[in-house]
Amino acid sequence: MYEGPVQDLIDELGRLPGVGPKSAQRIAFHLLATEPADIERLQHALQKVKEGVVFCDVCGNVSAETRCRICRDPKRDLSLVCVVEEPKDVQAIERTREFKGRYHVLGGALDPLSGVGPDQLRIRQLLNRIGTTTDGVDISEVIIATDPNTEGEATATYLVRMLRDFPGLTVTRLASGLPMGGDLEFADELTLGRALSGRRSM
Amino acid sequence: MANLYRDTGIVLRVQKLGEADRIITFLTQRHGKLRAVAKGVRRTSSKFGARLEPFCHVDVQFHPGRSLDIITQVQTLDAFGVGIVNDYQRYTAACAILETADRLTAEEGEPVVRLYLLVTGALRALAAAERDPSLLLDAFLMRAMAFAGWAPAVNECAKCGTPGPHRAFSVQAGGTCCPNCRPPGSASPSADTLTLLSALLHGQWGVVDEIPHLARRDASGLVAAHLQWHLERQLRSLPLVERKAKLDDG
Repeated sequence: MYEGPVQDLIDELGRLPGVGPKSAQRIAFHLLATEPADIERLQHALQKVKEGVVFCDVCGNVSAETRCRICRDPKRDLSLVCVVEEPKDVQAIERTREFKGRYHVLGGALDPLSGVGPDQLRIRQLLNRIGTTTDGVDISEVIIATDPNTEGEATATYLVRMLRDFPGLTVTRLASGLPMGGDLEFADELTLGRALSGRRSM
Repeated sequence: MANLYRDTGIVLRVQKLGEADRIITFLTQRHGKLRAVAKGVRRTSSKFGARLEPFCHVDVQFHPGRSLDIITQVQTLDAFGVGIVNDYQRYTAACAILETADRLTAEEGEPVVRLYLLVTGALRALAAAERDPSLLLDAFLMRAMAFAGWAPAVNECAKCGTPGPHRAFSVQAGGTCCPNCRPPGSASPSADTLTLLSALLHGQWGVVDEIPHLARRDASGLVAAHLQWHLERQLRSLPLVERKAKLDDG
């Protein structure tokens, strides 16, 4: 145990995800040896992230304004909505440069084991969004891009059930299968099974 | 390599650990509840990440670690998750089964073969979509409570043992009560509800199928109340279980 502020800092850092006691100690001593100007910049960034970041009114993504950069962009296709679990998933899809529509961030996945049901996610907002016309354009396709794990698949199943009654709406799910650069013999049977069931003609 | 050991188990729960690892909680056949670390399974390149999802029935090889054992190999025995996540009602019922199994096995490393077989059977039936998921869940809960020694008395008085059937049901007393023992505030379920509880406990599916939907809903409420009273805590997944079929018809 260290004395006073150093131990307090180690304790606080140790509460961050993925930071154990050893890492917390290493970061604390790094900060202790850092120039005051750098510390001030870090302090400012931490303060700003709590005060300046809000959630977009439309999609629920993190944003500096009431509407995020993507929802404000007039070049985006208003008829396409990609549903993701977390804001970090928006960045993952944006990196592909393949998707030109808008997003809807649910804020997690349906996980009854952790007490997360439909009311804890932004599902109602999604249904409201699909029911309304924006700038004269109706949403014609919803792409469900939840994680390919048990909770993500269950969330996709639930969304499909909720969305199937909207007339003229196409609901699609991200394809899943074999990763590029791998060997077929090492693929697990679940992934290989889904790759087979989702095969496409060439 | 002499310390490696193998067991078959059901994945009850997964928790994130560090950058790409997970802590997996299994209900195993020979070692009871077991928590172990699966390294790198959150990466898309993981060789066995897909096999360590909730509801998977797997053959696992472990390497003893300092605090938690390390998972070194996994083979799928039954991928129950595939059939379960295709239906939200089945998914919520299956989650309640896993959480109950987790709560009923407080001691890690203590064999609970009967519960393991019960969980496996319940998940298999859910994945096969053989019956109403809600009924399968209630049957599982009744039998799991029986294994734990808390089966509600349905054919005799829970307090004095007078043969029934009795009309009063008290969760605190442990089931149906005769008029002399009936505590104040006891519920008065219908005869159909009590018949259903008995049939679920003994696996008499022919009887279960004959019971009207309204009685099924009442039975679900009693089973949930009885379980949570004995566990002394709320199950997080139980209020989220979809009882759609019953509500529509009942």
